[in-house]
Parts: sequence; C-alpha cells; structure tokens
Amino acid sequence: MKPHRRKKLTIIAFIATGLSVAIGLSLYALSNSIDLFFTPTQVAAGEVTNGQRIRVGGMVKEGSVVRSQDSLHVEFMATDYSHDLLIRYDGILPDLFREGQGVVAEGMMANGSFEASRVLAKHDENYMSVEVKAALDAAERDRALPPAETEGAADGS
Amino acid sequence: MVPELGQFALILSFCLCVLLGTLPLVGAGTGNQLWISLARPLTAGVFVFLSLCLLILGYSFVTDDFSVAFVAQHSNTLLPLQYKITAVWGGHEGSFLFWTWMLAGWMLAVSIFSKTMPDDFVARVLGIMGLIGAGYTLFMIATSNPFDRVLPLSPADGADLNSALQDFGFIIHPPSLYMGYVGFSVVFAFAIAALLSGRLDSAWARWSRPWANAAWAILTIGIALGSWWAYYELGWGGWWAWDPVENPPMINWLLGTALIHSLAVTEKRGVFKSWTVLLAIMAFAASLLGTFITRSGLLTSVHAFASDPTRGVYILGFLGFVIGGSLLLFALRAPLMKSEFGFEAVSREVFLLANNIILVVASAAILLGTLYPMVYQAVSGGELISVGPPYFNMIFVPLMGILVLFMVIGSISRWKKTSVAYLKKQLMIVAVASVALGLVLPLALTMEFHYGASIATALGLWIVLGIVQDIRIKIANKGSVLVGLRSLATSYIGMQIAHFGFAVILLGAALTSIYSIEKSVLLSPGERVELGRYVFQFDGTEHLSGPNFEAERATFQVFREGEFQRELHPEKRVYVASMSPSTEMAIDAGFTRDLFITLGEERESGAWSMSIYIKPLVRWVWLGAILMSLGGIVAVLDKRYRRLKVRTLQKAEADKSGKPAGDDYQPVSG
Repeated sequence: MKPHRRKKLTIIAFIATGLSVAIGLSLYALSNSIDLFFTPTQVAAGEVTNGQRIRVGGMVKEGSVVRSQDSLHVEFMATDYSHDLLIRYDGILPDLFREGQGVVAEGMMANGSFEASRVLAKHDENYMSVEVKAALDAAERDRALPPAETEGAADGS
Repeated sequence: MVPELGQFALILSFCLCVLLGTLPLVGAGTGNQLWISLARPLTAGVFVFLSLCLLILGYSFVTDDFSVAFVAQHSNTLLPLQYKITAVWGGHEGSFLFWTWMLAGWMLAVSIFSKTMPDDFVARVLGIMGLIGAGYTLFMIATSNPFDRVLPLSPADGADLNSALQDFGFIIHPPSLYMGYVGFSVVFAFAIAALLSGRLDSAWARWSRPWANAAWAILTIGIALGSWWAYYELGWGGWWAWDPVENPPMINWLLGTALIHSLAVTEKRGVFKSWTVLLAIMAFAASLLGTFITRSGLLTSVHAFASDPTRGVYILGFLGFVIGGSLLLFALRAPLMKSEFGFEAVSREVFLLANNIILVVASAAILLGTLYPMVYQAVSGGELISVGPPYFNMIFVPLMGILVLFMVIGSISRWKKTSVAYLKKQLMIVAVASVALGLVLPLALTMEFHYGASIATALGLWIVLGIVQDIRIKIANKGSVLVGLRSLATSYIGMQIAHFGFAVILLGAALTSIYSIEKSVLLSPGERVELGRYVFQFDGTEHLSGPNFEAERATFQVFREGEFQRELHPEKRVYVASMSPSTEMAIDAGFTRDLFITLGEERESGAWSMSIYIKPLVRWVWLGAILMSLGGIVAVLDKRYRRLKVRTLQKAEADKSGKPAGDDYQPVSG
C-alpha cells in the first residue's frame, strides 16, 4: 500500500470510529431521556406505570383550578373531553396557562393523580400545541362525535 | 392599492431572480461577456424590488391597513410604532420576506465587495444566489404571500402582535440571526461556483473566508441575543433550553465553526478541499432544514409558526433539490479536489481535522435529538415523545470538553509537521497550571469542592493560558513585547479574541449552571425571604397603565448581608388587545452575578407567588459570545483579503505550481 493511501485509510478509520462511538453514545443517551406523551384517556386506561417520567396534555378544564392560599400548590384538571386527569403542581404557572386552553405537564403518576415537575403552556399562532391537538383528536375519534371543543381551540389567532 | 404594488414588486423580484439564476451562469459557462456582466445590475434590481416589498409591508403596518391579512393578524392600532415596524418579521409570511431580503442584501454586498475577483466567478456566485432567491420568492408567492388581502370584509382592528414579542429583544434578535443564517448561503454559493468553474484553489478559499467569518460572527451574535432575550423575557431564568427551534441555529453555528477552520486549512495548505466544500453544502442545508423545522409546524416550540403542510412540503422539496443537486455536482467534480500537499500525523492539519470531526459529530447528535420525536412519531404510528435537555447535555458537554483540549494544541502546533516533544515542552506548564488553578480556585472561592466546577475552570484556564503561551512564542524573538504584539497579523489577533471568548462562554455556562440558586415562594406585602447572602423584602404592588397594556408593578428591596442594595420592580402585564398576560422580570445584572425576580400570580389573600434566582457569572455567556463575534469581525478586517486582483491571481498560480501560500501570516485557526 502506498503511504498516502495508508494515511487516507487511517484518517477514514479515525473518522468512522469517532462517528460510530458518537452514534452509539447518542442512541444510549436518547434511550434514557425520551419522555413519552400520554392523553388523559390513555392514563385512565391504565397505560402508565407509577413513577415513570412522562408528559401528559389536554385542555385545562373550566373551573377546575384550585390554588392553595398559603403555599404555591396548584391543582387542576386536564381533559381531552373524554376523561379528566387531576394534575398537582408546586410552582409558578406559565403566563399562557388559562382555563379552557391547552396545557402540557411533565412529571409522573402517583396514586391516581399526576405530580407535575413542570407545566408548559406553549402554543403556536393558533394557541394549541401539537401534542394537545393530537390528544383531543384521539379522544374525538374514540367518541366519534362531532367536534364540540373547537371553540376553545380556535380563539385568538 | 399600495399592497398590490408590493405584490407586483414581489413577482418582479422573482422574475429578476430567475434571470439572475440563468443568464450569468450560462454566460460564465460559455464565456459570453455580456451575460456575465448582467450579474451585478440584476443583483441590484433584485435588492431594490425586495426592499420595495419590505417598505410597502412596513407602510401597511404603520398605516394600520388591516385589509392586509398579515397586518391584521400581527398588529393593532394600539401597538407602539417600533413594534408596528418590527411586526414585519413577527409572523411567518413577513419574516420570510425579511429573510429573502437579507439574502438580497448579502448578494448586493458580494457584488460590491468582489472587485478583486474575476468577473466570471462573481457571475457564478451571484447566479447561484439568484437561484436560491428564486426559490424563496416563489415560495412566498405560492404559499405565504404577505400581501394577501382580507376583502371586502376587512377587520376593523388587528389581533395584535404576540405579547411575548413586544420587547426590545424582538427588534434585534431576528435580524441578526437571519443575517447570520442567510450569510452561509454566500459561502455555499462560493463553493458551488468553485465546483462549476473547477477552480478549487487557495484563491477560492481566500475569497470565501471573509464571508464565512462575517456570517459566522453575525450568527454568533444572533444566537447570543436570542439566548439573552429568552433569559429575561421567558421568565424561567434559563439561557438555553435545547428547544427544537433553538437547535437548528446551533447546528448551523457548529457547522459554520467547522467551516471557517477548514477554510483556513484549505487556504493555507491546499488540503481538505472536498471536506470544505462538503461543509459549505452542509451548513447551507442546515439553514434550510432549520427553516423547514420552524415553518412546517411539525415540532412544538415557543417559536413555531402556524402549521401548514404545503409549506413544509415545498421547503422539503427545495431542500432535496438543492442538496441533491449540490452533492451530484460534488461527486462529478471530486477528481478536481486533490490535495496539493501532504502532512504528518502530528501537525496542525490533523488537530484541525479532529476539531472539525468533533464539531460535526456534535451537530449530528443535536440534529438526531431534534428530529428523533418526528421520526419516532412516523415510525410508531403517531406516538408522541419529546427529547429533553439531559440528552443534549450528555452529548454536548463532553464533546466540547474534548474540543477545548484540541483547540489549544491545534493553535500552538505547526503546519505540516510538529514534534510531540515540542508540544510537550510548550504545553506542559500550561497544563499543570490550569489543572492546579482549576482545583484551587473554585475551592477557595466557595469553600466547597465540586468536580464539575474544577473541570470547567481548568478547561477555561487551559484556553486562556494556552493563548498567552502561544502569543509568547510568537513574539519571543521580536525584541520587545510591544514590537512583538504589533507584528501579529490581524487575523491571528481575531482568532485569539474568539478563542478567548469561547473560554469566557465555557466558564460562564458551566459555573452558572453549577452555582445558580433559586427559590419559589408565596409572599404577602411586608414579608421577606432569604436566598444565599441576600434578603429580598416584598413591599407590595401598585397598578400601572402602559400604552397598550395594564400592569401590576411590584417593589422589592434587596439587602446583602444586612445592607440595602437597591430596589427591584418586576411586573405582571396584560395586553389589552389580545388579553394575553406577560411577565416582566426584574433583573439586577452584574459582572459576577445576576439577581432575578419573576412574579407569578396574586392569591385572594393578597399574597403573590414568585421565583427568585441568583445566577453567578451568567453574563459571561453573552460576553463571551460578543468576544467571539468581535474576533470574527477582526479577522474579516485583515488587509490581505483586500489585495488587488492581479496579485491574488499570481498567488493562485504560485499555489498550483507547488509553493505553499503565505507562510508569513498567522491564520485564523485552532
């Protein structure tokens, strides 16, 4: 083998090793840090095990928000209009958190309610996150009913 | 009537782009001087008409013309004038027009600052940028026309600009980010022009470098401004969240960083040509992919624009066309990209290659994490997942650590061949000093050992002391220090400023992540809370009316070790038109620490929920970015990029005949 060929081969081997190590590590890291998304209906069906880190989403049920008067504790219902899920949170709710609007919470299930470590009320121009929309659509398909919740979703664009 | 003029100007710009994308390219291919000479006037035409579009859209905003759908969706009669003007880039259609105008701006800059290049090469560069411009303008005309009307039933008032965007950050962050982003299409055009003309030589690399450095420097500032804005506007005290829309600029920045280093090697040594061309293509592809991710609505994020599948399909098609075409051309021209010189296993070339590989791997890992939820959703049949910051940190932090090691070794080693003994001799003292200080300094300042803080401090000092050592070597035989410093090349100084900036970012990012403290509490007026060495006293709130919002303004007194420091006033606003609430943080910014208060909500008892943060060294993150950007700009100003055409050509010929280019300069590298 000519020297410059050998050098080229060394460089290629160098790059290939580096890349495969990186891809292996990335996939390992990924497998440990993905959070699955569940709808209230899926949670009600018992698809979630206690203590598993997940995200849940739905609309904040009108009139369901209860704020403690002497601590930061907040409780509210997230709904996909088929099932409700009680979400408990110790912290400050984001600006865009509102009753009747979409919400996504990160955390885990504990004794039938959801202990949130973070509450997100992100939205696009139509005030609805992809995840919340998917949750509502899925629940709607299950019920096979005409959409009754578009009112809360289409506002404000 | 006026918006129709805008529409007309937009169509005209598209036609001019098509002309620019065909005639000069064909002319350069066939040697038709007349067609080649059309490139500059056509570029000026594209710029004029796109500027007209932008002015007309701005005029529609300022005059509250709500018959224009885009204005009705993103403005309101109450909106302050500066936000009416900047609302032009407050939504998908307008921001894309602004983006395209930026492209035209870069084209105009190329046509003006290219007097030292041969006309046929400039014609090719402008032609390729014209093709890109044609793709963008057609996209607007077909799927996202900012001049679409709501007639005859125009709304009486607009829906208002998103309240989170009504901020100074919104005025400066998108323009700088877009300008940096789009700047990489210049480097892409240079690479494709070089492939087309077959002249992949040092001259091509030298012409590309100032543009690559400029785009990189502006992108750096753009990203930093975005981070700074998110920090004080979004209210959770963070400066980087690995949000799906933050990631594409970061990917682009990493590829751009690899590119400016690879270009340096190509210019100096005539090697890594194919790699440089590939990086230029990848960096441009990344910018298109970023556009796709932001505008297709496939990912949830703070930045997401309204989702419209046709837009996603169009951008994906354009991406496939551009990248497919470029790679095909790349494959056809591969034989041209022979290296002119060899190098040994321990040399600056090899260390720069290592740096490039790390940067590309880091950007690939970020890309993987960003796209993974989309891919997962498609493969699993609709299951939704998200990839959180832990993934990105786990990959990115160690890679940057290794990068830093190579950074110093690379800049201190020599081209072609460096002896291990030499490196050992120069760097041993730097290594020992940085490790020792890394262990001692955090311990001495905080009285507590933290291994992360020690590693970060050691790495930061490794860069800083490495720079000092490198400069010391460079000026060792120049007589006096002053004479020595004066003799350093401008681009070398730029490089060291940028590297120093990187050290500052590294220290700021790592130490603020480790040492920040926060507390979320419920306080009634008159109550106090202690955090670290500070005491915060809440004195209640008062009502306040702004131009288009109503606000509750709180007063805090801050004490440090019993001594009064200052008052802080966080606000909770409600914007009247959209009824959307917005939190205005109160920040006491400082070189060593930021104090940061954000208001939650008022309870019936009159108490307020709030979060208080102390964030040491957080300013260093943006300070470092400013230094890096400054370094890039200084490198662009190096006089040797503005030499006369004749000399450049002679030099290129000399390169071909086997003489290495300019050993008398120190390159931007490392």
